[in-house]
Amino acid sequence: MRVALFVPCYVDQFYPNVAIATMQLLQNLGVDVDFPEQQTCCGQPMANGGFEDYTAGCNKNFIRSFTGYDYVVSPSGSCVLHVKDHLHDASNEAAATTVRTRVYELCEFLTDVLKVKQLDVSFRGRVALHQGCHGQRGLQLGSSSERMLPFFSKPMQLLQMVKDIEMVPLLRGDECCGFGGTFCVTEEAVSAAMGNSKISDYMQHNAQVLTGTDMSCLMHQEGLIRRQRLPIRVLHIAEILCGNS
Amino acid sequence: MSFTHTSHPKAAAEFVQNTNRMNWHDEALWFIRTKRDRIAQTVPDWELLRQQASEIKAHTLSKLDTYLQQFEENAIANGVTVHWAADAAEHNAIVLKLLQKVGATKIVKSKSMLTEECHLNPFLEKQGIEVVDTDLGERIVQLRNEPPSHIVLPAIHIKKEEVGQLFHEHLGTKKGSADPQYLTNAAREHLRQKFLAADAAITGVNFAVAETGGFVVCTNEGNADLGAHLAKLHIACMGIEKVIPQTKDLGVFLRLLARSATGQAITTYSSHFVKPAPGAEMHIVIVDNGRSTQLGREDFRNSLKCIRCGACMNTCPVYRRSGGHSYHNAVAGPIGAILAPNIDMKEYADLPFASTLCGSCTDVCPVKIDIHNQLYKWRQVLTREGHAPAAKKAGMKMMASVLASPKKFSFSGKMARRMLRWFPKLAVNGTLNPWGRQRELPKVPDQSFREWYKQHKKETK
Repeated sequence: MRVALFVPCYVDQFYPNVAIATMQLLQNLGVDVDFPEQQTCCGQPMANGGFEDYTAGCNKNFIRSFTGYDYVVSPSGSCVLHVKDHLHDASNEAAATTVRTRVYELCEFLTDVLKVKQLDVSFRGRVALHQGCHGQRGLQLGSSSERMLPFFSKPMQLLQMVKDIEMVPLLRGDECCGFGGTFCVTEEAVSAAMGNSKISDYMQHNAQVLTGTDMSCLMHQEGLIRRQRLPIRVLHIAEILCGNS
Repeated sequence: MSFTHTSHPKAAAEFVQNTNRMNWHDEALWFIRTKRDRIAQTVPDWELLRQQASEIKAHTLSKLDTYLQQFEENAIANGVTVHWAADAAEHNAIVLKLLQKVGATKIVKSKSMLTEECHLNPFLEKQGIEVVDTDLGERIVQLRNEPPSHIVLPAIHIKKEEVGQLFHEHLGTKKGSADPQYLTNAAREHLRQKFLAADAAITGVNFAVAETGGFVVCTNEGNADLGAHLAKLHIACMGIEKVIPQTKDLGVFLRLLARSATGQAITTYSSHFVKPAPGAEMHIVIVDNGRSTQLGREDFRNSLKCIRCGACMNTCPVYRRSGGHSYHNAVAGPIGAILAPNIDMKEYADLPFASTLCGSCTDVCPVKIDIHNQLYKWRQVLTREGHAPAAKKAGMKMMASVLASPKKFSFSGKMARRMLRWFPKLAVNGTLNPWGRQRELPKVPDQSFREWYKQHKKETK
């Protein structure tokens, strides 16, 4: 099984520890992981901004970097959803299609492909989970509260394998945090207000740690938390699951 | 009442500034969303019902011309006069002509988003005709000289104390009274006089049934019935997408509509109109106003499935915090943001961007419109049609060129991290960078992951 690690561009630059944790987590589970060094970005920042037509270069580079692997795994539901929905190459659509079908968000790779049933790690603390909307509703990593279907959550399933962890219930568990890519600056007022609602939910439930499947949502919420000097530590789910946090 | 144009981000920021009102608005709508969840849970196979509704609408849209003609034929056979309007201006002219023909000067109107879309009220008022909105929420915003901020809850942005003040000024209620029961009673007295004096009644249409030529109007206040039964002339205005094939389809849509809208099992009144009472006239105005254009846009056709329940507004985390007026369109929220650009791309180019694409609207929609996907697609269309700001275009072009090249990407990343470490204040200065107004930037690491990987790849293997 040839597995490639796809590290979102901003994680590469600002959160190397998240990528390292992802790599270690996969290695702990016996997976041989490559990091194709030519990779850059999935193109989502342009596409969500309305400039899908500018993503041809990113798409080509993405396909070049990840062709030949059985699985492409990434610690981001949002970037994975973008690839699944929008990775195309007019000059080589077959290659694009192959990559699209082989890309997995980290949690779903663990639960659905590796079929992880136990993790030999522990974490002490009261933890709130923020499932990014693109992962949750887009990739269906978890059931959404709008739909009348049985509850499930792949990230929660994994967190519950961690010893000593205490997951806190939330009032509005799957409300969007307001990051939304360029939305976080073009609609700064609403974006921050949405983030603050999430944070007050965590505070009300005495969460000590905020975790999630997308560093972009967490970066936005961490920015608000740090500005307000609130006692909440922010960790990507990979950092908890790999046991090194 | 029409809108003056302020872009969504600007109007939203103004609404957000009043934190108390924003939180209260958010809570009020979230309460309705949870009420909807509770009642939807009691329906076995809710998801199947949504699927069925979506398929009936898809089928109807695929044969819209046939069903509309069938509806017209049956309505005429019932003794109803049917009119066709290509756009808002034609619609308004038809309504005016019908009113003038019988010399009507006092009109009562129950809720109709179509007449809001066509700006019928200001048009008729200019002709010296009094139009009274009889839905309580609509009447409140009408007295405030404002458009509705929500399609089902038109005055959801207004607090009861403000209603008290408004009624004190317009209806002579006691100063300082904000008791909902007292105020509702005052509105009831006031509206009753209007109903009794009305020369004509205008209503909307929730569902027009092709096989019978009848139509259904849903209200909680019975105001459509009161108006239509008391006046000698009833004009019902509907968009072309309101037709459904059969009466039995109502069993699907009526189960979904009120549950999705307000968390009620059904609206208090689901009134079936078939033919005029003896001595009275009944007219139906069927309006296109851009809908056939939308029908022709494959990516956006599904938006015409909308049954105007407002669930996407109640669930939208942006709408709940920006208020309905920030969408500067008769239909606000996620559904408004995919309908409005069809009518005027330039005017509404900001709306598809007023979303995080979280997808809650799509999951809540009772007719399964893929709203967030259409928001994404409108963004692409608007950019291609030249409605993106020049500075944004230039920025995006540069970003695309950096992100497509591994070399440029590594280099720029290194530079950016260095800049942030050397001049941290530069990035947090709120005027230069909106990110920093309320948020810290991430702590800058010494190395990127790719730099770390280069050093450690031997040991990681």
